[in-house]
Amino acid sequence: MPRLLDRDRRSALPVGGDERLARAELRRQIGRLERQLTGLAAEAFPRLAIDGRVAAVAPAGRALDLGELESLRDALAERVEDARAALCSQDELEASNRDLRERMLASPRDYKWLRISRDDVGEPGCGHWHSLPRFGLLGMLMGWWRVRVSSGCPLAGRLAAVER
Amino acid sequence: MEGWVAPHLAAEFPGLGIEWIEVDGRPGRSPEPIRERLRQLSDRFYGSHAIHLRERPIPWAYRVFFRQIGLDPDRTRTPVEQLVLDRLRAGGFVSKGLPADALAIATVETGVSLRAFDADHLVGSLCVRDSAPGESLPGRPGKLPQGTLTIADERGPVGFLFGATADPYEVEKETRRIAVAAVRVGAVPRIAVDEALWMVATTLESA
Repeated sequence: MPRLLDRDRRSALPVGGDERLARAELRRQIGRLERQLTGLAAEAFPRLAIDGRVAAVAPAGRALDLGELESLRDALAERVEDARAALCSQDELEASNRDLRERMLASPRDYKWLRISRDDVGEPGCGHWHSLPRFGLLGMLMGWWRVRVSSGCPLAGRLAAVER
Repeated sequence: MEGWVAPHLAAEFPGLGIEWIEVDGRPGRSPEPIRERLRQLSDRFYGSHAIHLRERPIPWAYRVFFRQIGLDPDRTRTPVEQLVLDRLRAGGFVSKGLPADALAIATVETGVSLRAFDADHLVGSLCVRDSAPGESLPGRPGKLPQGTLTIADERGPVGFLFGATADPYEVEKETRRIAVAAVRVGAVPRIAVDEALWMVATTLESA
């Protein structure tokens, strides 16, 4: 019986041991989060600017201790989460704008003067869709509405080529 | 030549290393072929490249290392990102003379972080180590916070691992021999470092 009791006795947790493995694991996690963050920033470009800044711990760089690495990992995880949420809400906004554009194209008269840019629907370029009356004032009075599609501005590269 | 890394840092950061070469060369205006090469490089880099650059393995490895040593790579830029950002701001890779142009070409082409020192002022082998208590960068006021990561020779720190170089080791008009050092971090393959050093050497020798 005493032997059994001895076996059940809890031993103290080993503390103050080698933290190197923990630091290595945190560095691995930081690397993974950094990859996710750069991936999200690239995915969001140019529609959304992703803020991946985490305040510098050391002005000139040094080996960080466990606590500093943990705070850095947590801050990066927060940035990744914020970036995902921002990208998600941007996607939703663009999807609803695309729906609106489809409805406007189907019935321009119901969306008088509405102007939706490529930017609004997450497409590259600077064109837009604009619901306008045909023949100006006459179209306004007669209810002749149409969507004018602007192809956007010319590329700077092409202009430079023309100048050459 | 391969430098050494302080054992405790090598254990903390596997893959951290420093390699360097010494090249005869004088600083000065870059010859036309080098400036032409910078112009060609400028034509290959646009804004979207700058965004996607950090997804490439080598620039990403430096970004991660910056994070791991407590720097914010969105404020203190990695060398290749800084060059590409400057290119976007200036509209092209602006020639800054030799050896800066040779380093810029090799850094942009390979992504490897490179540094130039006046080789005649270096003593012995280069190494990566953290600063000891009371150490400072020659020519700069104040002491280095203990544990700051530095590039050092046998006498002491010659510059931050990523950042300023101590004044006596800067490449200046009187420099006749240039030491070019490449700082390798975690996932950067050795072949990329060798290629970067080879590119700098051939560029400086051709000038």
